[in-house]
Amino acid sequence: MDLLEYQGKQLFARHEIPVPSGIPARTVDEALAAAEKIGYPCVVKAQVKIGGRGKAGGVKVAANAEEVREHSEAILGMDIKGFTVYELWIEEASEIEAEYYAAIVFDRSARAALVMLSTQGGMDIEQVSAETPEAIATLHVDPLLGFQPFEARRLAFEAGIDADLIRPIGDFLTRLYETFIAEEALLVEVNPVIITPERKVRALDSKVTLDPSALYRHEENAKLRDPSDEDPQEQMARDRGLTYVKLDGDIGILGNGAGLVMSTLDVVAQYGGEPANFLDAGGGSKADAITGAVEVICSNEKVKAVLFNIFGGITRCDEVANGLIEAFATAKPTVPFVVRLDGTNDVEGRKILADAKLPGVHTAATMNEAAEMVVALAKGESV
Amino acid sequence: MSVLVGTETRLCVAGITGSEGRFHTLNNRDYGTNVVSGVTPGKGGQDVEGIPVFNTFHAAAEQSGANTAMIFVPPPFAADSILEAADAGIETIIAITEGIPAHDELRVYTQIKRTPNIRLIGPNCPGVLSPGKANVGIIPASFFKEGNIGVMSRSGTLTYQIGNELAQKGFGNSSIVGLGGDPIPGTSFIDVLEMFENDDQTELIVMSGEIGGDAEELAAEYIGEHVTKPVVGYIAGFTAPPGKTMGHAGAIVSGSKGTAAAKAEALEAKGVRVGRTPTQVAEIAVEILGG
Repeated sequence: MDLLEYQGKQLFARHEIPVPSGIPARTVDEALAAAEKIGYPCVVKAQVKIGGRGKAGGVKVAANAEEVREHSEAILGMDIKGFTVYELWIEEASEIEAEYYAAIVFDRSARAALVMLSTQGGMDIEQVSAETPEAIATLHVDPLLGFQPFEARRLAFEAGIDADLIRPIGDFLTRLYETFIAEEALLVEVNPVIITPERKVRALDSKVTLDPSALYRHEENAKLRDPSDEDPQEQMARDRGLTYVKLDGDIGILGNGAGLVMSTLDVVAQYGGEPANFLDAGGGSKADAITGAVEVICSNEKVKAVLFNIFGGITRCDEVANGLIEAFATAKPTVPFVVRLDGTNDVEGRKILADAKLPGVHTAATMNEAAEMVVALAKGESV
Repeated sequence: MSVLVGTETRLCVAGITGSEGRFHTLNNRDYGTNVVSGVTPGKGGQDVEGIPVFNTFHAAAEQSGANTAMIFVPPPFAADSILEAADAGIETIIAITEGIPAHDELRVYTQIKRTPNIRLIGPNCPGVLSPGKANVGIIPASFFKEGNIGVMSRSGTLTYQIGNELAQKGFGNSSIVGLGGDPIPGTSFIDVLEMFENDDQTELIVMSGEIGGDAEELAAEYIGEHVTKPVVGYIAGFTAPPGKTMGHAGAIVSGSKGTAAAKAEALEAKGVRVGRTPTQVAEIAVEILGG
């Protein structure tokens, strides 16, 4: 789960990482009130989960209330790379002497946290990494020992940090690691870390990704989930306990098990179709999960045909068939369905479906045949 | 032979008194797996259909001679349960639980790697089946018979799909190993490649990968240097958009990293034939082994 800049900074503040003070605002009036408290000059910053806000005109310095109004009006509702700005962060202006980069990444390949530090902050770090990789000092942390003071010093020396800042930057990295562990983050990135004229270290920006599997033990963080950046179908699916990812095509897909569903999308694409979604009804899909899934898939108006691909293991095909019958009774889908049932109780499941004579429901014996049929149906051809 | 589970397996189940744990434990026993005990803290002394329950893995190991653990407890307790089994010296730990926090998994992985002779399979995996010998986990055993193809996979139902396609062509399996769909699996493709390479019963290896991470790329390198048996590959997720988690916590294309195309290419560069559909995997197996 990605956080907005200010949410990340609030997390940092919890762990005593110095951040400029600021107040979130959702309206121009709230922005004006926030600026009065913060004082002038202040910065009006668009809160969106995408980089490049500054270049897009989403970060502006305001010298007075009039400028706060002007910038807030311009930025609220602005589209930045497909993300609409619903929220602002009004922050005290900072004096900047130098800009550094610091990050900690959950490095699955190395099976350890990767700490990175560079004096080339404020730029696109992927560009720095590609052009001058030696400008980024990196180090993997032993997951059982944790980040040691000598490691912080080593990184600071290797990055070429000024002598008077070795200790403060080391402290900064140590606190960043504490945040990473305590909040169970998969990424904490600060770009830039600024050095003020008084030689103080501060986090001027934040990018934080939290582990969704760990939110059950971080109640405060779980509340930060923002429904406004979820697609309506994705929200519907989550409410029903289903895993759904929206895609661009017109063929609705349901299967059981993540790998089988991914494979189903691929096979449909190979037959020339375009999947409208990924939907995993779960390893032990029961009738109510199927009903919910049909509702979610069919609420996407682009969907012209639906493919059900079930390989029953724990999932029983007769339960899936009954679920589909229930779903037809309640959701009354108007698009054709292709159903492939294989595995546990497949014979019973197919018989239940055949007896029910649901309108527009076709059955297929194999995954390939099912994909071919649904692609034809989506094109308006008969099968 | 077979790998990881077989006639020597003496299974102890954590979470045996829960409804899912109980159901699958009894299924495993019905299949012929030697289930010797279960662990539920506070329920020591009880039994589940004659299977004795202990309070700790240490007691279960000492008193029932368990050498394999199946972890069936909910995510908040799973990491602790794996560590307990390892501390009790149980050699093979198979974790079915899905949704264990990433940082827990990282600590568990590191600790297990530092403990000699302990192996973790999973988490978030369907278990291991050695047809005709033992089934530990939730793989529907009725679709598989004994044979000469070793299968390893990051996905459960996709494994059943591929196994079923192989069965329809008349093939059976030495072992079917679910590695799990999480970012830090305890056992990798490389570990199991080594086992299958050394297993007399296995004549062909099927590996089913998916988007995310670099396990398939590393396996390709390993195959090029160390594996003499034929390997057939499959990769799921060619159509997955970047930045979206496709059901499994580990199935995500990050930027340009972890794509299905890159994985298939890495395998093919080392001479591994990669099927573009599960059906094609079975067809390639027929070509290699003869129908």
